[in-house]
Amino acid sequence: MGIDEELWEISLRSLRVTLAALLIASAIAIPLGTYLAVQRFRYRRFVISMINALMGLPPVVVGLVVYIMLSRSGPFGVLNLLFTPTAMIIAQVIIITPVIASIAHQSMRELWAEYHDLLISLNTSKRQRILTLIYDGRRNLLTAALAGFGRAIGEVGAIMIVGGNIDHVTRVLTTAIALETGKGDFALALGLGFVLIGIAILVNLAIHTLSRTEREGRW
Amino acid sequence: MTAAFPLTLSGVHVRKQGKTVLGPVDLTLATDGTTIIVGPNGSGKTMLLRVMHGIERVNDGQVAWECDDPAKHGFVFQTPIMMRRTVAENLAYPLKLLKTPKDQIAMAVDHWLARIGLEASRNGQATRLSGGERQKLAIARALIRKPDVLFLDEPCANLDGHATREIEALLYEVASAGTRLVMATHDMGQARRLANDLVFLLDGKIHELGPAAIFDRPATGALAAFLRGDIVT
Amino acid sequence: MRFLFTVIVVLWGQLLAADVMRLAVTTSFENSGLADVLLPAIKDDLGLDVQLLVVGTGQALRLGEAGDVDAILVHSKAAEEAFVGAGHGTHRREIMFNDFVVIGPKADGAGIGAAIDAADALGRIAAAGAPFVSRGDDSGTHKAELAIWTSAGIDASALGPWYQSVGAGMGAALNTAVGLNAYVFSDRASWLNFSNQDGLSVLYQGDPALFNQYAYLPVNSEKNAHVRNDLAMQLEDWLTSPKAAELINGYQIGGEKLFIFNASPP
Repeated sequence: MGIDEELWEISLRSLRVTLAALLIASAIAIPLGTYLAVQRFRYRRFVISMINALMGLPPVVVGLVVYIMLSRSGPFGVLNLLFTPTAMIIAQVIIITPVIASIAHQSMRELWAEYHDLLISLNTSKRQRILTLIYDGRRNLLTAALAGFGRAIGEVGAIMIVGGNIDHVTRVLTTAIALETGKGDFALALGLGFVLIGIAILVNLAIHTLSRTEREGRW
Repeated sequence: MTAAFPLTLSGVHVRKQGKTVLGPVDLTLATDGTTIIVGPNGSGKTMLLRVMHGIERVNDGQVAWECDDPAKHGFVFQTPIMMRRTVAENLAYPLKLLKTPKDQIAMAVDHWLARIGLEASRNGQATRLSGGERQKLAIARALIRKPDVLFLDEPCANLDGHATREIEALLYEVASAGTRLVMATHDMGQARRLANDLVFLLDGKIHELGPAAIFDRPATGALAAFLRGDIVT
Repeated sequence: MRFLFTVIVVLWGQLLAADVMRLAVTTSFENSGLADVLLPAIKDDLGLDVQLLVVGTGQALRLGEAGDVDAILVHSKAAEEAFVGAGHGTHRREIMFNDFVVIGPKADGAGIGAAIDAADALGRIAAAGAPFVSRGDDSGTHKAELAIWTSAGIDASALGPWYQSVGAGMGAALNTAVGLNAYVFSDRASWLNFSNQDGLSVLYQGDPALFNQYAYLPVNSEKNAHVRNDLAMQLEDWLTSPKAAELINGYQIGGEKLFIFNASPP
């Protein structure tokens, strides 16, 4: 396989894995963050602190735990998921869900403070409140998701462990860079590195543009 | 249309952080007209409105409506709360909550936009409106569900004379059409212009209440002093 | 609901993965580049997709123990025999060999070029306190290196700060050695295929003690129903066939042969 073809294959796989993880993590984190903003319950403060703390979870430790869980001699071994892209998605979901939830919660809390009196005055149901906050706060939520994406696309420790960096199967940008560097093949490693930097820049530009439209009230 | 009234508050107390900010309050609001609530800052005007509307819980006592349908109330806050949407979408929101059919929503939105003179801004962001425009929008939004009663908490407090006049005109129209208004204000001229009944609050309690005639013939010394413009504690 | 559906579809895809087997190999094997020659041929001849997990010998053995791979290809005889002895592997089959070499800065400050054997070479490095990079990862290469230190009467765990144990694969260790201008104990194949040789070269070679045998061990399928012992045996037959012998013996870099095929009939 030529360098260009390999670059393409690896980049696409990186994007597929991280985007899948992003979708799943957002589906969990955004409603969770919003719910925590509007519903008072006994251990709410504790849950919020836990989520913030989980943001600091070292990714490689997550990788280790997922590996042990998915190993054939482990509890979920029957699913035969170790060393597959699915295992990498699982690890990434665990890593980025707290990030997205925390940022989402923060924005939703601010928006709720703004809308609180109005929404209660209009006699909205809890469900209506959550949907309204998510819709009106969509730009901030997208920023939260992009932050999660950024975290995931550059992660290498966990997905190396649970994915095994298998050529044509679980090799992605970050693990390939680690491998090629280890082999002393800097040409390919740099090529991959540029792609990764390119993606990271695009993501950050998107966040920046979104926050600007947020302030100016467009979109 | 005013089946929700009369409204009776009995023995109502509201306590915040150990302090009694409102109460004891015993009050019956009759069916018709515009009730104006006045009093010095901190006398509990906002709290009283919120309790009547139901967005503030009472620690003691009862708030009894003849017929309680929360959709039949509208509330206008002192600082208008604009949703991060267009002007038209802000107006449409309360109707969307009731799952009103789209064409009916469109009609209502068009009607109110014309009435408050904001058709040109219909697709602009509501957060970009001026103070007066926002408050007009807030009033229209509160009225779009055709409530029995409209509560207003010092709606013109932060507005200039021009905007104030426009809003008073709107409120006068609305009151004439039969909507019950219950409004707090610190603008005594406004109170005189609009009131059918007056409630004078002092220190969290109702000090005096009666028909608009008490403007000229206050029964208590405190109200007389307040009307003169003295500082009353 | 949709999420559940997606999960089921994905898992189903996993279960249907027919002729795919997982082989844990050492970094030395991967770094030689031989896999790029063998894997396509295996695919053509057997229709078998061999997924390589490139890890240190120690981890390869643990993967075999857990049943997470179907076979392993490593180069540490003692550990392999223990593996089979403990029932984790069905048997041990030698495939090919090459040798270890001692690599260092071209200037050869410790003078190992004149050493009489491998133990002497390492001894001279210790005497000179010259920077030395060790795999330090319990791999076949690492174990071989430790064996040489022992035969030189030197306790590798008590060496001074010039001895750098990096806990990494062969390629990473070589990179570090290049960066530090240090001596390093490596297998010949990894070195020949290494693109960043800047300033270092092979300084000592040839001692029979540096013999490096690679063996193939199928994982015992009694461990785990998922282990594809059938595929592992197919691969073993292929790896010990004349076709494999041809490919392995014919694999050269810069005119040098990297491995010598030495599989014998079972």
